[in-house]
Amino acid sequence: MSQPFRTPYPGYDVLDKWDSPSFDDQTREVLRARRDPPPRRFLDPNQFALLEALCAVVIPQRRPEPVPIAPFIDAALHAGRGTGTRFATMPPERDAWLRGLEAIDAEARAAFDGRGFCELVRPKQARLLRSIDRGDCRAPEAWQEMPPQKFFRALLLKQIVQIYYSAPAAMSEIGYGGPASPRGYVRLKVGQIDPWEAPFGTWEDQA
Amino acid sequence: MTQDAPRNDRPRAVNGHAPDVFKREGQVPMREYPKNAPVDFVIVGAGCGGSVLAAKLAEAGMSVVLFDAGPFFQPRRDFASDEREQEKLYWLDPRISDGDDPIELGANNSGRAVGGSSVHFQMVSLRFRPEWFKARSKLGYGRDWPVDWREMWRYYDEVEEALKISGPIRYPWGPDRGRYPYREHEVNEAGLVLARGAEALGVDWAPTPLCTVSAPSGKSPPCAYRGMCKIGCSINAKQSMLITYVPRAIKAGAEVRDLAMVGRIETGADGRATGVSYYRDGKWRFQKAENVVAAGYSIETPRLLLNSSTAQHPQGLGNADGLVGRNLMVHANDAVWGEFDEEIRWYKGPPSMATCEHWNYADDDPSKNFDGGYSFMSQGPLPGDFAGTLTSSTGMFGDDLLEAMGRYNRMAGLKMVGESMPQVDNRVTLADETDELGLPRAKVTHSFCDNDRRLQGHGRKFMSRMMRAAGGKNLFETQSTAHLMGGCPMGDDPETSVTDDMGRVWNVDNLWICDGSLMPTGGGVNPAMTILANAARIADRIIDARFD
Repeated sequence: MSQPFRTPYPGYDVLDKWDSPSFDDQTREVLRARRDPPPRRFLDPNQFALLEALCAVVIPQRRPEPVPIAPFIDAALHAGRGTGTRFATMPPERDAWLRGLEAIDAEARAAFDGRGFCELVRPKQARLLRSIDRGDCRAPEAWQEMPPQKFFRALLLKQIVQIYYSAPAAMSEIGYGGPASPRGYVRLKVGQIDPWEAPFGTWEDQA
Repeated sequence: MTQDAPRNDRPRAVNGHAPDVFKREGQVPMREYPKNAPVDFVIVGAGCGGSVLAAKLAEAGMSVVLFDAGPFFQPRRDFASDEREQEKLYWLDPRISDGDDPIELGANNSGRAVGGSSVHFQMVSLRFRPEWFKARSKLGYGRDWPVDWREMWRYYDEVEEALKISGPIRYPWGPDRGRYPYREHEVNEAGLVLARGAEALGVDWAPTPLCTVSAPSGKSPPCAYRGMCKIGCSINAKQSMLITYVPRAIKAGAEVRDLAMVGRIETGADGRATGVSYYRDGKWRFQKAENVVAAGYSIETPRLLLNSSTAQHPQGLGNADGLVGRNLMVHANDAVWGEFDEEIRWYKGPPSMATCEHWNYADDDPSKNFDGGYSFMSQGPLPGDFAGTLTSSTGMFGDDLLEAMGRYNRMAGLKMVGESMPQVDNRVTLADETDELGLPRAKVTHSFCDNDRRLQGHGRKFMSRMMRAAGGKNLFETQSTAHLMGGCPMGDDPETSVTDDMGRVWNVDNLWICDGSLMPTGGGVNPAMTILANAARIADRIIDARFD
């Protein structure tokens, strides 16, 4: 089992630069608008709860105010906003999500005595997702020809992580510089950091 | 599907004015042309092909209307330091992607804005190797271009000068190209990883010639090394079409129509083009033209020609031989990633500051088991982009993913731009379903051939060696594609090409193509400079023909 992640950059917060030249008005506006996540409008309450459970397995957040992820996926589905690519093996994005969520729940019920995904403890949820990623499915009919791994990686994982890693909290925990306009960076070489960057991080393998 | 971008949903180039791209607010005067009187040229698509052509034709005194399906942005006001917000730069309408190796579209290779993909490209500004223009005759693979490399070389000079490409004094590969207009950028640590590896393996490397200025130019400040080139440059250091050739075109009297989706090229009883039907501001409209140029890149250009069928052109325009949309190419974009003891902080500076073109020129190396070539560059993906790469290639999630992303600052990568062979079955066709305007969607079918796979395998192996030689640990490889080329190749023979050597569609003498879809082969370098140079060349050919 993997250990709970500990950030190499404790105490660093890109939002401390909010009033600095690293933030421009348009970026502040975008981040401000995202503080209040959009209301649920596309998925039904059960589907939404399942999506939230999936987000929590994919990105375990131990912070008091977790970065909201599910509401933004729901909002994109509501708006019909896609990615520009529909693989021929995949149904249109909305159908793919509805089908995928239902199939994941069906996989949970088939593997764990009729219990739905949300009723499982975290390690079992994770194990189930790994089986799905391997294509090791117990409810193949629920996928209705949609390739499980393609849904899991190309839609579910990808959209969750792209939303999470655009959030300032996620940028901070990996020591990324965050918004940088108009001020960018000056010191580009190893061992050099600008005063407005994260201080050097510490990793267990280097302790 | 709707483009959910409320602030960008109304045309901005209207009422005799266009946005001033150098200001947060403000406009510049723009000439407008009546719809019912024919303009000399309608150009469909304001990317690397269309913008250069529009500027040069307008400067030669022709009346030009330049259409783009996307918005007319003002970078200093509209471009946020935010990956998700900046998805508004991409073509997000679905295309259907099929074949054994279906390609990812959208953010990966398709822009939808005035300026096209040059608004979000990573600014790598390389030239073709001369022999590639005669790949079939000189190197025994692919197709020949109907153009002499020396002519292209002159046009590379022209566009590099216009865009103030910042590059090294001496470039290690190919014939002498003189000095780049602007000095090279300081190479970031991610680039120095490539440099160290190259020196350890005994191959050349170079600071990448980049399309962002290393010193002030006109109204552009020097690059501030924000590292967000792929999501749009908010300070206007990047010399995209949006801030270079498009303003030049407007100043010379061209009109730009933004948020104008051209659905059909109309043709008359004689089979010649009469103008275009386009959707803008809530309705379909028609613009009359003496000449029409499709410049929508390798998917939208074939789609437009195919969608313009008539009784006289039942298979679409220029498609009597069924060649439109075929010979579509991508670049293999396989990568090797490694972890370092020290913090590289690859987010600083343009993503690809160092390059190695060794395998574009090493014909006689005994390990070379493929036709064509590849270059590779250092990398600096933004966090969301890199997390997407990690998960889609490994399926990783949970604490494993958080842990891997926790090493973001210690990562470096090498990513190839690998040539793939033109194949007739890699193609754009029309899908059965339609978009919100009722236009059939594009379907893209793509499969690599054995040679492509050998080239990719060779590249991954070599980049892994280099990464290890540079000190990288825990390497992992990913596979993807980048760029689009071909689909409507130009040539000398009407039976095997869609246009002649100046982009004129065979058998429709006032219909032209001017974009990356003309490329008969893709080469092993990023295509932007070649598309630009070819567009500059076509412009001069058109001007010469007109005033002779």
